[in-house]
Amino acid sequence: MPVFWLTLIVLAISAVGFVLGRRRALASADGDSRNLHSLPVYYGSNAFMKSVVPALGLMFVWLLVQPLFIDNRISQMIPDAEISEGSNIGLVMSEVRRTADGLQNAVDLGLIDDETAKNARTDFTDITQRLRDAGQVVTNQITQTVLRAAQAYRAMSQTSNLLMTIAVLIVAVAGAAWGMMEGKKAFRARNTVEQGIMALLIAAASVAILTTIGIVLSLIFNTIEFFSLYPASEFFFLLEWAPSFSGRGGASSLGIIPLLWGTLYISLVALLVAVPIGLFAAIYLSEYAGPKMRGIAKPLLEILAGIPTIVYGLFALLTIGPILLSVFGDNGLGWMQGQRAVLTAGLAMGIMLIPFVSSLSDDIINAVPQAMRDGSYGLGATKSETIKQVVLPAALPGIVGAILLAASRAIGETMIVVLGAGAAARLSLNPFEAMTTVTAKIVSQLTGDSDFASPEALVAFALGMTLFIITLGLNVFALYIVRKYREQYE
Amino acid sequence: MTDAAMTPESARPTKSLVHEDARTKKRNATERRFRAYGIAAICTGLFFLLALLAAILSAGLPAFRQAVVEVPFTMTQEQYDEAEGAMLKTAIYTDYFITSLSDTMQAEGVQIEFDEDAVDRLLGKVGGDLRAYYRENQDQIGEQIGFELAASSRVDRYLKGTFTRDDLQSGNRFFMPEDFDLIDAMQEAGLVKQVFNWNFITGVDTGVDNPGGAGIGASVLGSFFMMLVVLVLSLPIGVAASIYLEEFAPKNRFTDFIEVNIANLAAVPSIVFGILGLAVFIQFAHLPQSAPLVGGLVLTLMTLPTIIISTRASLKAVPPSIRDAALGVGASKMQSVFHHVLPLAAPGILTGTIIGLAQALGETAPLLLIGMVGFVARYPDSFVEGFLEPNSAVPAQIYNWAARSDAVFTEKAWGGIIVLLLFLITMNTIAVILRRRFERRW
Repeated sequence: MPVFWLTLIVLAISAVGFVLGRRRALASADGDSRNLHSLPVYYGSNAFMKSVVPALGLMFVWLLVQPLFIDNRISQMIPDAEISEGSNIGLVMSEVRRTADGLQNAVDLGLIDDETAKNARTDFTDITQRLRDAGQVVTNQITQTVLRAAQAYRAMSQTSNLLMTIAVLIVAVAGAAWGMMEGKKAFRARNTVEQGIMALLIAAASVAILTTIGIVLSLIFNTIEFFSLYPASEFFFLLEWAPSFSGRGGASSLGIIPLLWGTLYISLVALLVAVPIGLFAAIYLSEYAGPKMRGIAKPLLEILAGIPTIVYGLFALLTIGPILLSVFGDNGLGWMQGQRAVLTAGLAMGIMLIPFVSSLSDDIINAVPQAMRDGSYGLGATKSETIKQVVLPAALPGIVGAILLAASRAIGETMIVVLGAGAAARLSLNPFEAMTTVTAKIVSQLTGDSDFASPEALVAFALGMTLFIITLGLNVFALYIVRKYREQYE
Repeated sequence: MTDAAMTPESARPTKSLVHEDARTKKRNATERRFRAYGIAAICTGLFFLLALLAAILSAGLPAFRQAVVEVPFTMTQEQYDEAEGAMLKTAIYTDYFITSLSDTMQAEGVQIEFDEDAVDRLLGKVGGDLRAYYRENQDQIGEQIGFELAASSRVDRYLKGTFTRDDLQSGNRFFMPEDFDLIDAMQEAGLVKQVFNWNFITGVDTGVDNPGGAGIGASVLGSFFMMLVVLVLSLPIGVAASIYLEEFAPKNRFTDFIEVNIANLAAVPSIVFGILGLAVFIQFAHLPQSAPLVGGLVLTLMTLPTIIISTRASLKAVPPSIRDAALGVGASKMQSVFHHVLPLAAPGILTGTIIGLAQALGETAPLLLIGMVGFVARYPDSFVEGFLEPNSAVPAQIYNWAARSDAVFTEKAWGGIIVLLLFLITMNTIAVILRRRFERRW
């Protein structure tokens, strides 16, 4: 049964549990809710909760474990000899899954009857053709082993699905019944329900931890696998990035240094654009501008932060690039070869970062106490002297924090560099040349056709890990500085 | 002693305070310059904003217009029977059309020679369209019908001015130099006009060989299903997590750890969430690739920190007196939170949620990794399939178009950005209105 319907049925059972639980509790109090320990609705909620939570929890866990279990069993069916040269068990397994899906599709469409799908022993060409007819992408001839495995896979999935449906429904009904039986007038329904809700609240708060664990685990496992296929020393110290997707193995040079260089260079250009503009804008807004101008200019600048990065990417590629090319290109100064360059991406990213710098710096400059300014004015300093010699030094740690936050955003930014910076990894100082970044390479390595077992695809996880660690370090450091500074005046 | 008390001649102010001396002038000039830098910075920022908007509007608005050729056409019963009886049916329809077109143009006083291939290049397979129409509406035979036929993308661009005679180096299969003359003649005869391009709003993405027919409709639907997943998951989870952290959590290492985690997650680059989605949802859990469900799950994880942070702020803004009053009349802590604090914080929570959703709507990078690009989209058949069938999302579709070489796709990409920004503006306006409407000072 599809999960969607199963969920609806479980919810329906629980709703019935709610009504019955509430009614039973009221009946036990002779219809007078004052005789109950808790409000009637809590008795209903108790039954509802005891039905829904375990049932859906079981379903969730089952859905997670089932593919692992089945994969494990099926992969034992496939002899090592069957795994062809340059392939691996993962590829064969995905072939098996595709075939199993195809069989299911074919049965759904009525092209094959269920019996044939279960025990087709002869005529493999026929099966392949029939699966193609069913709209399944079958790349090559299905071998006997794969078909056997697919049949077993499909049978096991079906059994497992059936078992899951039964188990979930039993749990739902049992939970509802249990909650209903508890519905006596002396039962402390509210306390039970509140405990349950509390558990749910804690679970929700833990999602953040689970996400972090998920990120770290998914990065670490794949990174370890990558380093088992490709030497770590080359990844970190090789000065060349030249992946080969031909599958020859070992022919790729996957050095991260050119990518890191591109990332840092583009981020630097972006910061050179964003920091002066953002900082001066923040100073003007917080020190000079009247409330009216502030009320207009600040939100307008903040619009820049709300625009999706894909827009900046397109702006870089189609507006900034051609303008730069007409000035610095062959018809102009002759320094620039193509539209995609460090400068193109850097400028677009700089525009995006202006509000990050300006808003945060604005807050921090505003937090500098007026008494410090008054002291400076009392000594005869002009406004700009006060700002330069009193306000900015006092706000400096916070401003540095803001710039670091902007830098970590620049390093992690993807769409602008994918569209604006080019794909060539090179170590060069020329800002008019195309370079590429860590994020752009993650995208290109993972959107190709390569499978997840090749170092060319797995390198993306190692790149992601590096990126994650760098930005995390920058963020933690920046937040630390911003927080530490803010406490001084509070 | 008296000497020391006397001010030496040289130290006495030579000018009064009303007259600036050189140093004061210099200081005042510095002051003015500093101010000017500030104004210049703000103006530069606003200039960039304007340039961005101007680029989007000027490049994107043409995507909403489509050149059509409107030809009055009459089909008699005999013609119909003859065409249906022939071997090459659509070719005969095309012949009828060409006759009709040249008649119309001659009536307008325009003389120009053209053949079937030219019509093919300018208007596509006219014969097939005509035949399909008359087979559907046999009662229309014998009546005059003004057919609006979409012009090919090159004609479209020529009329919009983005494709000129100079751009066509040599005649190719898709366009010949003499086609320009034909189009000019048609324009002279008043047969060509620009209409609103509904197909762009409702259509689906096409292959690279049909840039004119590509529309954004299917990806809007993909985005919609994705946002549904994000809303259904991130709002309850985010609010529950904030309630726990803000109202119930004891100050211990566990809750500290959660808080630090949330602050960190808010700053993790979005592409890392894409890697997480790829590894966990697709590699590990075998959820269908390119499905809005997976996109929604990834974006949920990304949006949660934003929602939690804003929800906590609005929970914090509810004064303690409300909680105390609720507890005072005998409510439990849980009741005071759910019956009193939460409703009062609801507008703030909604505002934060809408802003979080708007961010998620514009996010592209994680979608690239879970495969929501790179295929021809179509509308899902049913509600459940809307979550599970491969689809695209608006920003991913824009990226996809931007990566294609044909200039018409570029125009479509800018047009898609206008659609995306319209959604974002709507969402943000709702958020602002909510904030204004429920703003309250305690």
